[in-house]
Amino acid sequence: MVVFDKPHALNDIPFHYCPGCTHGIIHRLVAEVMDELGIEGKAVGIAPVGCSVMAYNYFNCDMIEAAHGRAPAIATGVKRALPDSIVFTYQGDGDLASIGMAETVHAAARNENITVIFVNNAIYGMTGGQMAPTSLPGQVTQTSPYGRDVKQCGFPIRVCEMLATLDGPEYLERVTVNNVKQIRNAKKAIKKAFQNQVEGKGFSLIEVLSTCPTNWGMTPQAALKWIDDKMIPYYPLGVYKDRTAAAAAVEKEEN
Amino acid sequence: MADKVLMKGNEAIAEAAIIAGCRHYFGYPITPQTEIAAYMAKRLPKIGGVFLQAESEVAAINMVYGVASTGTRVMTSSSSPGISLKSEGLSYLAGADLPSLVVNVQRGGPGLGGIQPSQADYFQATKGGGHGDFHMIVLAPSSVQEMAELTVHGFELADKYRMTSMILADGTMGQMMEPVALDALKVGEPVEKPWATTGTKLERVHNIVNSLSLVPEELEELNFARYERYKVIEENEVMYETYRMEDAEICIAAFGIASRVSRNAVDAAREMGIKVGMIRPITLWPFPKKAFKDSLATCKAYISVELSMGQMIEDVMLATEGKAPVTLCNRVGGMIPSPEQVLESIKETAARIGGNN
Repeated sequence: MVVFDKPHALNDIPFHYCPGCTHGIIHRLVAEVMDELGIEGKAVGIAPVGCSVMAYNYFNCDMIEAAHGRAPAIATGVKRALPDSIVFTYQGDGDLASIGMAETVHAAARNENITVIFVNNAIYGMTGGQMAPTSLPGQVTQTSPYGRDVKQCGFPIRVCEMLATLDGPEYLERVTVNNVKQIRNAKKAIKKAFQNQVEGKGFSLIEVLSTCPTNWGMTPQAALKWIDDKMIPYYPLGVYKDRTAAAAAVEKEEN
Repeated sequence: MADKVLMKGNEAIAEAAIIAGCRHYFGYPITPQTEIAAYMAKRLPKIGGVFLQAESEVAAINMVYGVASTGTRVMTSSSSPGISLKSEGLSYLAGADLPSLVVNVQRGGPGLGGIQPSQADYFQATKGGGHGDFHMIVLAPSSVQEMAELTVHGFELADKYRMTSMILADGTMGQMMEPVALDALKVGEPVEKPWATTGTKLERVHNIVNSLSLVPEELEELNFARYERYKVIEENEVMYETYRMEDAEICIAAFGIASRVSRNAVDAAREMGIKVGMIRPITLWPFPKKAFKDSLATCKAYISVELSMGQMIEDVMLATEGKAPVTLCNRVGGMIPSPEQVLESIKETAARIGGNN
C-alpha cells in the first residue's frame, strides 16, 4: 500500500534548492493542488528569474520561463489566448515586488483570472543574498552590510496589503510553511487560489513567507524560527482580500 | 480587379493583421502609430479577438510572449522609444524561438526625440534589437499597399522560422493615406506548432518555452542552430526592388519614404541624361547583398538616401566590398530629404565619376 508518494504534477528531477529552503515544500503544495483539482493537463506554469528559475523543470505541466519580473504579463497573454487553461506564476520577492511590480499591480488591477504564488524570503537568493524589496529594516544582506537603513534605502513593501487597496483582485492571503500547521493552512490557501481560477473568479495571490538559511546565514532550524520571530510581526499572516466571502457576508447582513 | 479602399498606413497594418488571422494585439499609446491600437480596439472585440492596452511597452511585449508561447498569432506595435523598451522582450522571444509580429513606426530620436518620421532605428532593427546574438526579419514597406502585404508576409515568415518579424516603417508610412487592395492579400496554410504550451492534456511530456541554458556547450549549439536557420532565410527570403538599374552607373540605395523621394530624383536625373537607378531593399534583414554586389557590373558610385545619420550605408558598403564609393544623402530629426536634394547629390556624384553623362 502506498502511504506517501510524489504528486503526479511533479516529475522525478531532484530539486536544486539548498538544505532548509522551503521552495521544495511550496512546489509540492502546488503540485498536490493540481492533482486534487485534476488540472495538470490544462495547466501552464510560468517560472520567474531567481531561485525558482528552474521550476519549469520540476512541474509536469507545460511551463514557460519568463524574463525577470514579467511573469504576470506573460500569464496574461497565455490566459487571454487560452481562456480554458489554468495559468499560474511562481515568483520570488525580487521578481514580483521589485523589477516586476508594475506587471504585478496591473495584472491584479485587471483581475486577470490567474493564480500567483509569491514566495517571500526577504532576500535575493539566486544572486547570493542581496537586499530585497521585502528585506526587513536592519536586515544584513550583501548589499546592506550594515543592516537595511530605511532612511537611505526605504521601507519594505507589504504586497498583500498594497494589492488589497485595489478593486481588482479576488483573493489575497499571506501564509507560511515553517511548521506542519502552517503548511496545512498554506495548502488550503493555494487550493482556494486555484479553485477561484477554475470558477472564473479572477486574480488570486498567495504570499508564502519562506526561508533562506543559506543567505540569512542560519541553520535551517533557526531560519524557521526567524519567520516566527521577525517576519510574521512585519508581515502578519491572514486573508487580505476575499471578494466572494465579503460579498456573501454583505448579502447575509442584508437578509 | 480587386476593390480598393483608402486607408492610412497604420490602419492597413491593423486590417492586414486581422486578415492574416491575428486575433491578439497588445500595445501602449505612442505617436505616430496609435491608430493601430485604436483600430484593433474597435475591431478585435467584434470578431472574438483580444485587444489589451498594456501598462507599459515592457508588459505588452511580454503579453505577446505569452500568447506566442501558446502557438497563437499575436502582434504589438510601437514607435522608436517604445521599441527600446520592448528590446528586452525581443531578445527573449529570439532566445525562446517564438514567432511574433512587431511593428515599429519610427520617429526621430534619440531619447524622446520628436514625433516626425525617421529611419534612425535601422541599426536597432537589423543588427539585433536586444542583447545576445539574434536577428529579426525586418520588412520595410514603401506604400500603404506594402504595409498590408508585408504584415501578412511577416506573420507567415515568423511562423515558418519561429522568430520575430518586424515591420520597420516610419511616421510618413504610418500616417499617409493611399488606396489599398485588401482582397489581393494571400494568406497561407497554418504552420504546425507542436512545441506550444497549450496544456499536456496528460497525453504528452510537458513542453517548456525557455531561453535559459546554463551549460555553455548546449547554449553554443542553440546559437549555432539558430544561425543555420538564419542562413536559410538569407538564401531564400531576400526581397528588393530595382528601378531603372539596367545601365545605371550611379545606384541609389533607399527604403521606405526615402525610396519614394529618390524615385522622383532618379526620373529627373534620367531626363538630364544621367545613368542612375535605385535598389530598394524590402527586407532590411536579410539585406539584399547580392543585388548590390551584382550592380557593381555597371555602377561606379552609390548614394545611400536615409532619414538617419547614415546607418544602412554601412550595409551598402559591406555589400559593395569597397569597390565603389558610397556617399550619404540624408535628413534627420523628423526631416525628409527633398527630391531636389537627392537630385543634387546625384549630379555631384555624376560630376565626380565623370563618364559620358
